[in-house]
Amino acid sequence: MKINLDFGAILERWPSFVSGAIMTLELAVIATVLGTAIGVLGAIARRSGHPVATRVAAFYVESIRNTPLLVQIFLVYFGLASLGVKFPAFTVAAAALTINVGAYTTEIIRAGFDAIPKAQIEAAEGLALSKPQIYWHVVMLPAIEKVYPALTSQFVLLMLASSVTSQISAEELTAVANYIQSDTYRAFETYILVAIAYVALSLVMRAGFYGLGLVMFPRRRRLGTPL
Amino acid sequence: MSDIANVATGATVVALTNVHKSFGPLKVLDGVTFDVARGDVLCIIGRSGSGKSTALRCIDRFETIDSGEIVVCGRKVHDPALDLRALRQDVGIVFQSYNLFPHLTIEENITLAPTCVKGTSKAEAREQARAALAQVGLSDKIQHYPEQLSGGQQQRAAIARSLAMRPKVMLFDEVTSALDPELTGEVLKVIEGLAADGMTMVMVTHEMGFARSIADRVVFMHRGKVHEHGTAAVLTTPTTPELAQFLGTGL
Amino acid sequence: MGGSLNVNHLAFLANGALWTIGLSLIALVGGGLAGFVVALARISPLRAVRILAAGYVQLIQGTPLLVIMFLTYFGLPPLGITVSPLTAASVSLTVYVGAYLGEIWRGCIESVPKQQWEAAEGLALSRTQRMMRVILPQAVRIATPPTVGFMVQIIKNTSLASVVGFVELARAGQIINNALFEPFLIYLIIAVVYFALCYPVSRLSRRLEASQGRPRLSVETA
Repeated sequence: MKINLDFGAILERWPSFVSGAIMTLELAVIATVLGTAIGVLGAIARRSGHPVATRVAAFYVESIRNTPLLVQIFLVYFGLASLGVKFPAFTVAAAALTINVGAYTTEIIRAGFDAIPKAQIEAAEGLALSKPQIYWHVVMLPAIEKVYPALTSQFVLLMLASSVTSQISAEELTAVANYIQSDTYRAFETYILVAIAYVALSLVMRAGFYGLGLVMFPRRRRLGTPL
Repeated sequence: MSDIANVATGATVVALTNVHKSFGPLKVLDGVTFDVARGDVLCIIGRSGSGKSTALRCIDRFETIDSGEIVVCGRKVHDPALDLRALRQDVGIVFQSYNLFPHLTIEENITLAPTCVKGTSKAEAREQARAALAQVGLSDKIQHYPEQLSGGQQQRAAIARSLAMRPKVMLFDEVTSALDPELTGEVLKVIEGLAADGMTMVMVTHEMGFARSIADRVVFMHRGKVHEHGTAAVLTTPTTPELAQFLGTGL
Repeated sequence: MGGSLNVNHLAFLANGALWTIGLSLIALVGGGLAGFVVALARISPLRAVRILAAGYVQLIQGTPLLVIMFLTYFGLPPLGITVSPLTAASVSLTVYVGAYLGEIWRGCIESVPKQQWEAAEGLALSRTQRMMRVILPQAVRIATPPTVGFMVQIIKNTSLASVVGFVELARAGQIINNALFEPFLIYLIIAVVYFALCYPVSRLSRRLEASQGRPRLSVETA
């Protein structure tokens, strides 16, 4: 058997790969930002003690965490279509990824809240801080700092998972690879290149999050250790 | 100053009257009565489980009481309608486990409450933080994070954090119990300094020698009751067998 | 074409669900074997082996499972290796799961206290004996909750076998939808079936975590 690899024809299509990679990153950034917001709200809801808010949040988290992203994407895609609204594939993909990652960030941030010792809150009460001030300064900020590594790993996984949106024709990196391999009949070379591109994107995201962590958390910058 | 003179001149800062509290079937406070005059240092001593920490925590309403009256700086602490945050601006509390905020520098730990609660400007709060840290001998640690400090230094920083709120009375809840013996001294020295400056203080402590040297008044608690209440002299000449026995084992 | 959802469709879905379970078990066994090798390689005394294993983990954890699926199913035939959808899905999941389980298990092995190694060494056990008789039995206990938790990820990830035409639950849903065109209803049913498969496993993993004390902050794949 003679293995005959030819990357030339594929490398010629580099502008398509670049635009696909950019869309992958766009999807990741949108879902990261909106997913963080959902995660904060979800974690607050889950710990609120309010019977309805707690249950709604728990239902959201459990239903997302126990079903595949692929099925969630189809549900959002066809669900919106059945309402008679037609959105571009990119919008649907971003929405589905946001809904998906929001459930995971809710759980991570909630775990961060739970990791704040009661004594910290008591100390803040002793200093006459108000409830909202305590929630912000003594619970929320240190909790986020504590779970930041877990959050960022989740967001890198989300970027990789965004490849599934190729199934509703969002023209991100994997979808681009699918077109190119069917044009060139060079499937092996195409997917190897795309795999390398994803590894590179993961490294870029990790580096970005590392830098962002240094900017956001002075303690981390000074001491270099996670909280 | 005698107790009668204190009440008459309105100089009583903390007063507990017939305070009762139970955790379920367990009576933790069983008719506790004592008071603290302005500028006085009151030490509460007793075995673990005697109710001494609970009594202290009731003063800052970290525990609510079942019956009786607690008046602190003219505020009725037992009143459900109490303005809790106003009370806590008057009362500073320091805990056994320091409870500094780990994500903030020592300076930020100290400036947080004045800026949030009193609306003090950042610059002024920093000035106060510097002064408070100088008072506890930690000026060089202002930009450190809590984990970079020893236990004794963390506890002194926690005291500075409370002082920066300019409280009228300070509560100390076994503040040296988590410390190695060689670190206990530096914290006690800070507390001595505060006493010399005339700060009103209530402290739960196991350090009998320290209590003897610093206390104006001593309360000995046993099974939820105040067994002895007097000057530091009771520590040398106890009048009840319980205190005698406690001091015999405690010394 | 056309018509409404009937018993035959449901039987087809049930068959798909069985394949989802079957493929999950294949992935667990295959990925488990691979993961065991990876975990041991990651803590090997040989530097080259450690680097090789770390590279494998980095590479796989940086690549979407979907791309691995495409690579095995569409990428191998042009090289002269033909694979069935089942083979492609099984191989892809094994390679993928092996990297993740390997990392999870390495963490568990390393969380066995150092003193246990020293104590075993003090008893003059060989390295293999220390590992097999002292460390691994303890690591298995630590590893049980996160492994059960990862099982949920495996079940969900088998849905990606649908892209290479393997008829598991998600693909069965697509096929029925092509006949009926009731996408929202059908995918809702599919989601409910996945939930029914995953939720008990999630609950079990949380119970196991709780019984071992502090729950760990675990990161999960979507």
